[in-house]
Amino acid sequence: MTIQFNDETFYGDFTFKNSDWAIKRFPFPFHEDSYMYSVNMEPHKSYRPGSVFERTFDVDEHYVSEMKDRARVLANDPLRCQSLPHMTLAGWDLVELIMEAKAAEYPDLFELHKDGNRWRWINKPLGIDDTFTFLDESTLPYGPMEYITRQTQGDFAVLDQRDDNLWMDAGMVTTQADWSLDFDIGMNFFEWHAPVPKAHEMGIFVRALKFLLNIQQGQPARRLNWTMTVNPLLDTSPENYHKWGVMKQGLTMENIGEKQHLRVELQTFFRLPRSNALVFPIRCYLISFNDLVTVPKWARRLHRVIRDLPEELATYKGFIDNRPLMVEWLSQFDDGSPTSDGIWPDDD
Amino acid sequence: MSKTEFPPSIKSRPVYGELEARSGSGHLMIADAEGAEAILDLAKSTDEDFWAKAHIIYIPKKTGTKYSSQLEELGAGQFYAGPSYEASQSRIRRALQDCHMGTQVYLTGTESLMGQAMAEATAAGIPHTAIQTEHRGSTARRMQCVHCKGITEDVTTDPFECSHCGLSLFVRDHYSRRLAAFQGVRVDAEDPGNIPEKVELFK
Repeated sequence: MTIQFNDETFYGDFTFKNSDWAIKRFPFPFHEDSYMYSVNMEPHKSYRPGSVFERTFDVDEHYVSEMKDRARVLANDPLRCQSLPHMTLAGWDLVELIMEAKAAEYPDLFELHKDGNRWRWINKPLGIDDTFTFLDESTLPYGPMEYITRQTQGDFAVLDQRDDNLWMDAGMVTTQADWSLDFDIGMNFFEWHAPVPKAHEMGIFVRALKFLLNIQQGQPARRLNWTMTVNPLLDTSPENYHKWGVMKQGLTMENIGEKQHLRVELQTFFRLPRSNALVFPIRCYLISFNDLVTVPKWARRLHRVIRDLPEELATYKGFIDNRPLMVEWLSQFDDGSPTSDGIWPDDD
Repeated sequence: MSKTEFPPSIKSRPVYGELEARSGSGHLMIADAEGAEAILDLAKSTDEDFWAKAHIIYIPKKTGTKYSSQLEELGAGQFYAGPSYEASQSRIRRALQDCHMGTQVYLTGTESLMGQAMAEATAAGIPHTAIQTEHRGSTARRMQCVHCKGITEDVTTDPFECSHCGLSLFVRDHYSRRLAAFQGVRVDAEDPGNIPEKVELFK
């Protein structure tokens, strides 16, 4: 399969668009008609050919444009990519993980040729052909984590493991759901999750941390998370909140289908071999309400989930003011008929 | 009374204890304003030997000379009173660099002082088990504007104006130890111009 890469924007004129192929494979996050936090981890194994769960690092039609958007965000704010000095080795681990996976799983797009520590990396969609020495920073144009994550969709948090905790000591964060790497860098697992309501009291983070501390090499895990975004903005950072927050105003019954997007994060977790760090890619998928309701099961279910979501969660996820309008618009597509278990469209 | 009971908060917000004299090869004390009272309280249970090995770095802020002479009379091996944290910073760094194994570090006063000195101490490699903190005095906050990254000191109201970019920011409890600051976020981002009345939350 050859992917046709879109030429599109995630800011300004917002020309981002999902093809029918992208809609069908969208990672719809609700397996039942209601939602509450859970430690919804499963092994990150190849699953359902064509789905976003098939490959180690999913590459889709938005790849080239997302990488352009990342470069734009970094040019405006270089602090979105930071690595504390002890995390360089983990950056090399990540280079190896991504290059090997992409070269093996997308041989028509990526190639990796090794001659001892002399590596040649070919990234055809981005027009890159670089030869460098593995573990020698002076042979790459950026630090190793920055180099490879400028070529890989999704944000990356690289977590050091010590004192029975995980520490956010490096990251590339340009497509985030409103959290600041620059503020959170150096924090432990409980500290960077501190602002999340309810989940601490429910014991979610204690259980999640226990799970993550025990992730082994070669046995990655994954989960989905979600929020809402008006306009297909990848960069919903707190840094720029004073610019994008105002976009939440002005939704109407006429324009909400086009402007309101469900934002889903495919979160994966890999143990890195040399550094014993954990890398936590957070891949963002966006879908407009108009596109989402083309799948009748998803339309019915999203209506019920949003309608019944506890107020604290709707507030934390930033759409409490627009919820009544969302529910009213979505209700047009919910005839009350039952929905099947699981996240997949029924016609699949 | 200079002590404050902080309400329970989120997990990134620091909690502080009460200073106690511990045995150590040296005692580095960094304090501002009413933090002097915590040191004077601690002094009730110490002997002269303790103070011979002590170095006090004190920033009186608005308390003027109220505590300086009492602290000086404790007889510390080194005593320094500085006009501001910024002015004292190079001395603090040097003092931390000169610490030997077993030196005890005592931080007391405002959150801003403790947070900044804690970040310096950690960067200097002082183990956290050798650092104690005790809050005294003002509860004003040191805030970072998440938008322009500028730090505003001594914030007492919510919302407040960023002293760098001028945006009105609301005060979060989310706290960065690396920056020694709480996070401030534009309060009227979703509805520009709709700025709530200021409330004095901190004194």
